[in-house]
Amino acid sequence: MEFPEDLKYSKEHEWVLVEENVATVGITDYAQDQLGDIVFVEMPAIGDKVSKEDAFGVVESVKAVSDIYAPVSGKVLEVNDDLPDNPEMVNEDPYGDGWMIKIEMNDPEELHDLMTAAEYEEYVAEEKE
Amino acid sequence: MKRTPLFAAHEALGARFVDFGGWEMPVQYTGIIAEHQAVRQRAGLFDVSHMGEIELRGPRALAACQALTVNDVGRLHDGQAQYSLLCLPSGGVVDDIIVHRIAPERLLLCVNAGNTAKDLAWVREHHGGAEVVDRSAEVAQLALQGPRATDILMPVTDLPLREIPSFSFREGQVAGRRALVARTGYTGEDGWEIYCGAEAALAVWNALLDGGRPLGMAPAGLGARDTLRLERALPLYGHELTEETTPLEAGLGWVVRLNKGEFIGRDALRRQRETGVQRQLVGLMMHAPGIARQGYRIFHGPDAVGAVTSGTKSPTLGKAIALGYVASTWKEVGTKLGIEIRGRTSEAEVVPLPFYKRAV
Repeated sequence: MEFPEDLKYSKEHEWVLVEENVATVGITDYAQDQLGDIVFVEMPAIGDKVSKEDAFGVVESVKAVSDIYAPVSGKVLEVNDDLPDNPEMVNEDPYGDGWMIKIEMNDPEELHDLMTAAEYEEYVAEEKE
Repeated sequence: MKRTPLFAAHEALGARFVDFGGWEMPVQYTGIIAEHQAVRQRAGLFDVSHMGEIELRGPRALAACQALTVNDVGRLHDGQAQYSLLCLPSGGVVDDIIVHRIAPERLLLCVNAGNTAKDLAWVREHHGGAEVVDRSAEVAQLALQGPRATDILMPVTDLPLREIPSFSFREGQVAGRRALVARTGYTGEDGWEIYCGAEAALAVWNALLDGGRPLGMAPAGLGARDTLRLERALPLYGHELTEETTPLEAGLGWVVRLNKGEFIGRDALRRQRETGVQRQLVGLMMHAPGIARQGYRIFHGPDAVGAVTSGTKSPTLGKAIALGYVASTWKEVGTKLGIEIRGRTSEAEVVPLPFYKRAV
């Protein structure tokens, strides 16, 4: 199970990579492992507004449907267009090719509510119990 | 939650568990799609010890079974099995089961895990003079399924497997333990369902796992079991079958033998056969992105005409498939329907069933 140091993490198991005012978002290694084989991904459109802790998309495994929540608020700048045709990339490379959207942040202060890699690893360990 | 005798073995294999009908069962080991493909292409081994086993015994066993079930038990010889249903007087389905005729005075009913207590009460209430024995706790069941299943089972049994046709069974030895070996399954592949004592389950499981691994067999969980049965359009109780649906609506008219004599549900089913069904189970293939799931509404134009009972993305076909009930007007193959997915209607089409059938 990987927990890259340079990312921030949400309680809903999304990761965030911050580059200036832009947050790249995906789901964590732990999340993809829990979901199992991902067979469908539904993404928002470029320009859509997303709000922190609101669902912005959907991932479906063979068995179940799960919402994906925005870890920060803002406007969708970019969407990973490869995912709808290759949803298994979320399983294979959750922190790389499996990224989902880029958000232009309204309020970078919201980042303080997210966890560090060490905090998230601990959070996951507690959730497993 | 209840556990099967193989729980620790599943844990050791890294299984992920799910609550199924009150049982803590493996849903997957490595991944549902890989396990699904293993069964289609080679073989998979399932622990289905959660299934219930009810025996009818004594001189009244056959008559009692005939009155309880919709199929014709009179057609069975010793060593033959039959898919059947327990129905209510209304024609609604209590459970779908497999009846095994071990002897004229011994019939073994294999029933769904989540329905075992209900079925047992129902069978006891309508025992017809037969002795009713609940063997669910003492009997374990493994399903070995896939094109290589027979090759894998052969070296560990004394039974002449090639002489056992589909829906037949024999009693013999598997891995040195007494077992009832039936050529039945729930995957759409050739294969075997092996009933043995709970205390023998681990020895049988390990022998099959050891013998099967070199032939590409994988342990498979309930996740793959569900996608496999759905591709083959085999109904699942609680989805396609309920006390509110009849066998005729579910496309199981072939199971119902109206002329065999009295049985529970006969009058209602005869009436329904004469008047025709108002709704029908159909196969649906999605033509738009998205996966239909149980409970999603089905539309024809602006009109709600039914609901999905099961849906998934078919690992074999690579397309989203579903089963659902629609008003009979819209049951014909080729009918374009819409399925409401998260507030939007996605295009689907009625297609022939099953979605997948193995080449013979």
